[in-house]
Amino acid sequence: MSRRVKLALYAVLSALCVPFVFPTWWMVTSSVKPISDIFAFPPALVPTRFDFSTYARVFELQPFGQQYLNSLYIAAVVTAGTMAVAAMAGYAFARIRFPGQNVLFLVVLVGLLIPSEVTIVPLFQLFHTAGLTDTHWPLILVPILGAPSVLATFIMRQFFITLPGELEEAARVDGLGRFGTFCRVALPLARPALGAVAIFTFLHSWNLYLEPIVFLSTPSKFTLPQALTQFVDAYGSPLWNVQLSAATMTALPILVVFVLAQRQFIEGLAHTGLKG
Amino acid sequence: MTATDLREGTAARPATRPPRAFWTIPRRDALVGYLMISPQLAGSVLFVLLPLGLVGYYSLQEWNVLAGTFEFVGGENYAKLLADPNLGQVLTSTALFSAGLVVLNLALALTLAVLLDQKLRGTTFFRTLFFSPVLVSLVAWTIVWQFLLQQDGGVNGLLGLAGVDGPNWLRGESTALLSVVVVQVVKNVGLNMVLFLAALQGVPRQLYEAAQLDGAGAWTRFLRITVPQISPTILLTSIITVVGSLQVFAQIAVLTQGGPGLSTTVLVYYLYQQAFQFRHLGYGATLSVLLFLIVAALTLLQWRLRRKWVFHES
Repeated sequence: MSRRVKLALYAVLSALCVPFVFPTWWMVTSSVKPISDIFAFPPALVPTRFDFSTYARVFELQPFGQQYLNSLYIAAVVTAGTMAVAAMAGYAFARIRFPGQNVLFLVVLVGLLIPSEVTIVPLFQLFHTAGLTDTHWPLILVPILGAPSVLATFIMRQFFITLPGELEEAARVDGLGRFGTFCRVALPLARPALGAVAIFTFLHSWNLYLEPIVFLSTPSKFTLPQALTQFVDAYGSPLWNVQLSAATMTALPILVVFVLAQRQFIEGLAHTGLKG
Repeated sequence: MTATDLREGTAARPATRPPRAFWTIPRRDALVGYLMISPQLAGSVLFVLLPLGLVGYYSLQEWNVLAGTFEFVGGENYAKLLADPNLGQVLTSTALFSAGLVVLNLALALTLAVLLDQKLRGTTFFRTLFFSPVLVSLVAWTIVWQFLLQQDGGVNGLLGLAGVDGPNWLRGESTALLSVVVVQVVKNVGLNMVLFLAALQGVPRQLYEAAQLDGAGAWTRFLRITVPQISPTILLTSIITVVGSLQVFAQIAVLTQGGPGLSTTVLVYYLYQQAFQFRHLGYGATLSVLLFLIVAALTLLQWRLRRKWVFHES
């Protein structure tokens, strides 16, 4: 490749980057600017004056610490639960023979084709009848067991299919049962697939918006996406500086963690996506 | 307990059906199999199949949330659907949104993947940058764009530096839909980009070399080799993106609330408004049935087209 072509490629890539990088940069920098500087013209790309007081206001206006905790623990429980449910089901569908297997797999697969929005009205009615609206149960049970975990089960099944059979035969000769083989042999080998499932599931739960606003009504039970939109003044106009501080606190930790681990993440994702 | 006790315990059972003979290895395996799939299976029945059946049933009812009463109304909700003056506009917005999103997303994802597939230093760095919005929490991302797209926001600020007077993006009939599409594409195009990158790396290099010897230019090689070779991935990503585009909700709820007019009121947002803001749950269920039919039809269509599009099945 000639030097000029390379330079042109770098120029194109850098220009294309702007809409991908600028919003996050703008969010973080604006969150520490005084409100008057947020709307300054021309906009300052690097803050010249700092004002961290909006970070305190985030916690004054809403039980933001509690909401942060809600999102964290719901995402953690959902991720752990989905990994367990999907690994077990994926393994059984891939490696154990039992009557009715194909039919049951098709029954489960229906969940892949049904967007959760289609079933939101009956799910609301089911949980309402059970007295579980305005609790976190719908946000925990449905993702772990329902349609969102079907994709995870499918990914795990695709992974377990590729495992060589000799490994299991060796385990069997050593006297391990099916479940023992799963726990001791298959599961440790499935770490890349489990990692991809974990990240997918965590992000899905962390971003969930329709379900929380349908099921929850008490602010102290809100999750972060729902809470972010509540920083408004008496007329319903957004308090921009407070919203951006809250958004930064929501987005930045996850972003930092994943940028640090991006290599494993992107490769795991591409790997899993292709096998699927 | 000693070994003798154990043996006596076994002997005490009826001699005609010793447990060993019944619990053969295949039977034990089958039992373990059923147990291992049971949480997922129960979840699928309870949270997918049952609601799917109920959505059809509820579309024939009007449900009063406060009173907790059901009233059978037959086809009334469907008659209402056909007569709904908003439906045409809602479906148009949904179709425009999905078409715009899919075309823009796939074209940009493929472009980025091809650019990043070149032998160039720093592609990993650029890959991370293009992928990073996927990891920014969805509503946080949307709020930032809402802030940027205001009349006096950052986008118009940047345009102003170039001497261009930008419109009020989210309040204009034509710019609002475009804005929502662009915000969503930038957010998620990194996912498709990664899938395309992986597919591109699987194309045999000899094909390109042979074509180059035959005098094929870069564009011809892309159309004749790259596209057919990665067509399974194109199909996969297009299905994921189409179905995903029909599910977009948070972006619209935060950015435009479906406005101005109904220009960004896509079907899922309309469903939410009818069912949970206006509390017409029966009508919401009817709209869910419509959404289901559209998703099912599109998935089926794409599956049928598979033979035409897909050069080879992996």
